[in-house]
Amino acid sequence: MVRAMTNNDWMKVRADFPILDQQVNGKPLVYLDNAASSQKPRSVIAALAHYYEHDNANVHRGLHELSSRATDAFEGSRAKIAKYLGASQAEEIIFTRGTTEAINLVANTWGVRNLRTGDVILLTEMEHHSNLVPWQLLAERTGAKLRFAPVADDGTLAFEPSLLDGVKLFSFVHISNSLGTINPVVELCRAARAAGVVTLVDGAQSSGHLPVNVRELGCDFYAFSGHKMCAPTGIGALWGRMELLQEMPPWHGGGEMIVSVTYERATYKQPPHKFEAGTPNIAGAVGLGAAVDYLENIGRAAIFAHDSELAALAVTRLGEIPGIRILGPSGQRGALAAFHAEWAHPHDLTTYANEHGLALRGGHHCTQPLMRKLRLPGTTRASFYFYNTTEEVERMAEILRAARKFFDR
Amino acid sequence: MNDELEELYQQVILDHSKRPRNFGELLDAIHVHGDNPSCGDEIRLDVKFGPDGSVADMKFTGTGCAISQASASLMTLKLKGKPRAEAERLMHNFHTLVTSDTEPDTKGLGDLVLLRGVRKFPQRVKCAMLSWRAFEQALGEGGAVTTEGE
Repeated sequence: MVRAMTNNDWMKVRADFPILDQQVNGKPLVYLDNAASSQKPRSVIAALAHYYEHDNANVHRGLHELSSRATDAFEGSRAKIAKYLGASQAEEIIFTRGTTEAINLVANTWGVRNLRTGDVILLTEMEHHSNLVPWQLLAERTGAKLRFAPVADDGTLAFEPSLLDGVKLFSFVHISNSLGTINPVVELCRAARAAGVVTLVDGAQSSGHLPVNVRELGCDFYAFSGHKMCAPTGIGALWGRMELLQEMPPWHGGGEMIVSVTYERATYKQPPHKFEAGTPNIAGAVGLGAAVDYLENIGRAAIFAHDSELAALAVTRLGEIPGIRILGPSGQRGALAAFHAEWAHPHDLTTYANEHGLALRGGHHCTQPLMRKLRLPGTTRASFYFYNTTEEVERMAEILRAARKFFDR
Repeated sequence: MNDELEELYQQVILDHSKRPRNFGELLDAIHVHGDNPSCGDEIRLDVKFGPDGSVADMKFTGTGCAISQASASLMTLKLKGKPRAEAERLMHNFHTLVTSDTEPDTKGLGDLVLLRGVRKFPQRVKCAMLSWRAFEQALGEGGAVTTEGE
């Protein structure tokens, strides 16, 4: 059930984010670059401070009090994330620096073990560079080939099952950071599973924005970043099915991931530790656990409803401004609206917006091949989170209307 | 209205960005490709040097923000026909104009001084300098041309 949040409730939530209460260039900050990175609530910042002020030590090996507290906090976060994603067990969660490292982990372990010359890796034309370049590197190394599911003119994925012919792995984005498209993950994973294809879902834009249950999605791997969902930077995770994780070779070698070591060889721990060499980002993991608590308390269904309302209002307001073309699907979309303005280049527009306290992002959004396909030098993107308000969307529209007058003079 | 924005995007600059002068390609010229990978700005600059090393002709094509397009357009107008030494002096002074707090010798820069507003926006210096870096590259090649002409 979606807990009904009133406007007042949302304003209270917003007050949890101290950073939002400031002026930029003499104007109230309107932060609409959430697809790049979200802001952090007090509870997450406090969790980091508490960890460093009370519990900090290295994890897993120490026999002293602080080490066991740090270990409990670290492993406690793993359990929270497992529950948050609907994983079968906490051991299916591998801490990484973020989505990018999670995808590279799969490419360098599962990919290297399973791909041979002539095998096909299926991606889509809307992938972020982080879900493209690791596979290019893997293809170079293994002789595998890349194939791309096309993006249709309406910004949706033009998927058909024949694309899966000869495919070993299908890696695709849940919510496109450039288009806002929400891909039909359940349907895509079902088709892949029927064809014996392993799936990886890039959840960078979905993990903090809508309810995600990896078992219901039916994927084999799910990668996400903490910093886009209220947690610190430098922490994220990979979820993988245990039977796949067990068969995968280690990636990074070092302490923490071994059972016993001689000068010649080593034996490795079971997942997840097999994939977590070296001292991990303990504080980051603690912060991610606190972020999960925070988001669960609001409820992801409520967050999705609020985000959707903001995105829909943005699409309406942007559509009223002459010379603006909005990218992505016309119906349901993720919490963002990217657009091309024929009267201003994205960098001129974002410079203009910044002078009015409005944080937008202009550029290729790490999707250069997609921009080339769309014949755009880049776009301007407004991306939302639950602490944004309809007033802020109206303020954005007001600033962009003024920008048009300014540049089109 | 915001004064710094007004200074950055003056009417002349917007005009050059929308109707760039010397926009096109030259045959039998030195071609330089320049880009700002992080922005996606791209320029192709074609330069012909005379036998004495002077800038005989210059055209550009490309895509980019108003600052990079206007800077390229104004640069071609200003440098065409200039002796090499004078072109280098203008390049140096333009760089100072958009990056430094100290005022350069603006003699001969003409409308290029309108890009002075860029100095308040350090992230946009690379936009203003793109065409000039391309020209600098062409000068390297141009050195060879000059030697042949002597």
